[in-house]
Amino acid sequence: MGTIYIDGKPYEADPQNNLLHVCLSLGFDLPYFCWHPALNSVGACRQCAIKQFKGEQDKKGKLVMACMTPASPDTRISLLDPDAVAFRAGIIEGMMLSHPHDCPVCDEGGECHLQDMTVMTGHDYRRAEFQKRTFRNQDLGPFLNHEMNRCIQCYRCVRFYRQYAGGKDLNAFSINNTVYFGRNEDGVLENEFAGNLVEVCPTGVFTDRTLKQHYTRKWDLRMAPSVCGHCGVGCNVTLGERYSLLRRVVNRFNSEVNGYFLCDRGRFAYEFVNSPNRIRTPQLDGEAISGEAAEWEFQNLTSSRDRLIGIGSPRASLEANFALRQLVGADRFFAGVESKEWTLITTMIDILKRGPARSPALNEIEHSDAVLILGEDVTNSAPRMALSLRQSVRQQPMEIAKKLQVPLWMDDAVREVVQDQRGPFFISAPFATRLDDIAAITYRAAPDDAARLGFAVAHEIDANAPPVPGLHEKMRAMARVIADALKKAKRPLVVSGPSCRSLAVVESAANVAKALCGFSQPAMLGLLTPECNSFGLALLGAHALDEAVALTGKDATVIVLENDLYRRLPLEKADALLGSAARVIVLEHLSNTTSARASLLLPAATIAESDGTLVSNEGRAQRYFSVFPHQAEVRESWRWLRKPQWSSLDDVLSDLAKEVPQLAAVVNAAPSSKFRVDGAKVPREPHRASGRTAMTANLTVVEPKPPVDPDSALSYTMEGAPLQPPGALQPFFWSPGWNSIQSVNKFQSEIGASLRTGDPGVRLIKPSGKGEYFTQIPSHFVRREREWLVIPIEHIFGTEELSQHAPAIATLAFKPYLALNASDAGSLGLANEGEELEIELGGAKHRLPAKILPDLPAGVAGIPNGLDFAFGEVFPTWRRIERVS
Amino acid sequence: MLSVIRTIWNVFLHSFRRRVTIQYPDEKPYLTPRTRGRIILSRDPDGGERCVACHLCSAVCPVDCIALQATEDENGRRYPEFFRINFSRCIFCGLCEDACPTYAIQLTPDFEMSEHNRQNLVYEKQDLLISGPGKYTGYNFWRVSGVQIEGKDKGEAENEAPPTDVYRLTP
Repeated sequence: MGTIYIDGKPYEADPQNNLLHVCLSLGFDLPYFCWHPALNSVGACRQCAIKQFKGEQDKKGKLVMACMTPASPDTRISLLDPDAVAFRAGIIEGMMLSHPHDCPVCDEGGECHLQDMTVMTGHDYRRAEFQKRTFRNQDLGPFLNHEMNRCIQCYRCVRFYRQYAGGKDLNAFSINNTVYFGRNEDGVLENEFAGNLVEVCPTGVFTDRTLKQHYTRKWDLRMAPSVCGHCGVGCNVTLGERYSLLRRVVNRFNSEVNGYFLCDRGRFAYEFVNSPNRIRTPQLDGEAISGEAAEWEFQNLTSSRDRLIGIGSPRASLEANFALRQLVGADRFFAGVESKEWTLITTMIDILKRGPARSPALNEIEHSDAVLILGEDVTNSAPRMALSLRQSVRQQPMEIAKKLQVPLWMDDAVREVVQDQRGPFFISAPFATRLDDIAAITYRAAPDDAARLGFAVAHEIDANAPPVPGLHEKMRAMARVIADALKKAKRPLVVSGPSCRSLAVVESAANVAKALCGFSQPAMLGLLTPECNSFGLALLGAHALDEAVALTGKDATVIVLENDLYRRLPLEKADALLGSAARVIVLEHLSNTTSARASLLLPAATIAESDGTLVSNEGRAQRYFSVFPHQAEVRESWRWLRKPQWSSLDDVLSDLAKEVPQLAAVVNAAPSSKFRVDGAKVPREPHRASGRTAMTANLTVVEPKPPVDPDSALSYTMEGAPLQPPGALQPFFWSPGWNSIQSVNKFQSEIGASLRTGDPGVRLIKPSGKGEYFTQIPSHFVRREREWLVIPIEHIFGTEELSQHAPAIATLAFKPYLALNASDAGSLGLANEGEELEIELGGAKHRLPAKILPDLPAGVAGIPNGLDFAFGEVFPTWRRIERVS
Repeated sequence: MLSVIRTIWNVFLHSFRRRVTIQYPDEKPYLTPRTRGRIILSRDPDGGERCVACHLCSAVCPVDCIALQATEDENGRRYPEFFRINFSRCIFCGLCEDACPTYAIQLTPDFEMSEHNRQNLVYEKQDLLISGPGKYTGYNFWRVSGVQIEGKDKGEAENEAPPTDVYRLTP
């Protein structure tokens, strides 16, 4: 640390940082556009100009760009110098020359970085009399709205899209003052992180198209801290609601997890909450009944304890699962996941608990310097993690920049040094993945062969690891290359998961991680989970769903918690389980096949209307909070299932901590409902929220009492302490003069570092021992005559259950297909892609159009995970495939 | 004694002065067009709804008595799906008129809004919308804004150059 002088006053500053970073960290208001904490400095917009002085005697000084100047010790700068102030005002005036007169109809208005910066520099009157240049817009798909007139040419969009997220189809076109940001033609932006442009763009060029359908200004949104429930990563999000309609999702900064970015599934899947398929009234044998009657009926049906079978859910909160487990007893509590997947999940938890490798947070993944991915297409199964993995390949080449003393924040210079060099990154997956472009080695193999590669790598690192019998020399050489690279790395990372439905793949990844840990560096082992609370359910403890089938009978009442059993079990098994039971009670948000079979159907609150805890694949327990009170007859699942003595979520959590010691720490995931900031609750509404006395005046002019939240320290109104609450309770980012999401700068201990009041979440899994090597090594994959090994292929849009109910996501969901490689397709006599193939799935023959995946290993076929007639199939499975003649 | 007589004399003189009391409601006082009374929503010179549902009036309202919801018609014009004012809360401060960027909200000299039932003081858009431009006759927001709507292509707004050719490479 050194001392720098800002307008004559001394401040401590890290010389590794630039002056903009330092000034913002110290709380100064300095306008900027092209700089972004995750994208660093390029010095393009000239907005952060300040005066720098040579010494105490220098009164004249010179203008410099704060973002391009290091905060060396004894630097003397002035933010308030009249020259600097005039320069900054001039830059804004220049940018505003062609900015259209749109603010009243612009979706960015009220949370616009350009508005904020314009006000900050004091530019308030247009002097220019020239014509404004205009652009034609493009249709960029269901997620983003494009309005190029508003562009100020800061280049942040293409820098994020191309350099950070690895996208190819967004670029800068034309020259001079007509630079255009778009695609070469209209079309859906291909990259899975395109939605971040909404937040990256400092003005309204890229705005949320789903929000446009039900537009509300940021100041009118009631907002709450939540956790994304559409994959296992557990990104922190902020939900926004108005008039009991969920309006949008924006990123909620957590330095350890998602940082500044989300994936498109997480950002746009929220609309399932508003779906017309929502179950909103309790039903008894198909007849709508009142909430009270439903509660009475539920008590009645569940009072004979010994005949209850509870089926939990990996997408329901810990509290809801726990409440069900308490109701039915641990012996009759089932995970709601079929046995193969359940074995995978429990094995993964076991591996992480026994150690030695630690499961990394996304931030650690970003900083790992050698990566081996075994059997996962991360972009489709845990999208946000793929964005972090993409950053990891820059870690090793950036060492060269460090040696050349190029500051790492000087983005263009670092990219010049790094050029096309990439750190070691290896992928073994059955088909081409979206991260292949950064991989040094990609190995296409059937799950068994991917596992064999993993085991071989482990053996190459540590001779004590079990050797792979009958290993091909070529594969041994590949394993050696990978092993050497991982051994040399300082922060090696192994990523695997359940997508291949192969225990061997996960075990081989565990072996590699263990071998690396024994070698020298503490290796990290990132294991993906299929759903948002898979690990939570596993830590709670449950039996596999298949076992419930044996227990059901004429005297049994089956309670299904937020789970569609027809997605989990083969049709006949699910029918047997539900059909032979005397009563079926279903708690669910959206109608599905299971809810149709319920004798008592209870409407369950979604993640947006309830509080709860989810455990991410990192083993991090994070609390989510309701953004609006649920409607009359809808209740949180745990409330339907509750014990009489539970009155609030705190009671459930304290019982949970007592009953399940390994989950005791979840109580600390967020402050309890008793917590107060300065004697008051934390307001969910910003102080500018409007319309309080008119919103419901059409129903009755008498204003209702504001809803009370007994479960959290958040209030549903704007009343509360205007102070920064603990990270887990941060409902939105907003600071005086900083209306856009970039106000997060004001809440961080330092730019890019943790929130001042701590990042949300507690880690539950700590590696406790040295672990042991797995020795069950599968033999080489051998293809069969006329039969194919069918594997499921994950899709970011279409695989996950709830997100499909969001209209924007549904339009991009996969079309059914059956994938084969070119030679296999040839052997079946297929001439063209799209010709129909016949395959038996879920007990019936189905026709699917063929898709050629050139990389798929011979003898392996792929179908998209999420096909409705393939639910309940236990993959991988051998199937005959015939051409429809 | 003298002061009493003087007072009686003064009162007597006053009976010859000009009357200032107006016999309201039988007689209506003159109110200037800028009087801050009941608000209306005006239309632009082309007859379209002026309100673009920017939410600025509701944000600025000190008693939070304006609520609206934005939506867009098939021509790309944004307008309020509903626009509701609870006049039983309105304090006639006129901040909404100041905040309105399109001259849609205008305060009128009408203030006679007595009702027996408070519910009748909740005004919806159809109660507020008038058929003319009100005090500001010439202004049409959509002619100034850069947003493309039916009948006004990109580059056709006031002070706009024709859309640039993105494929052009000469400076």
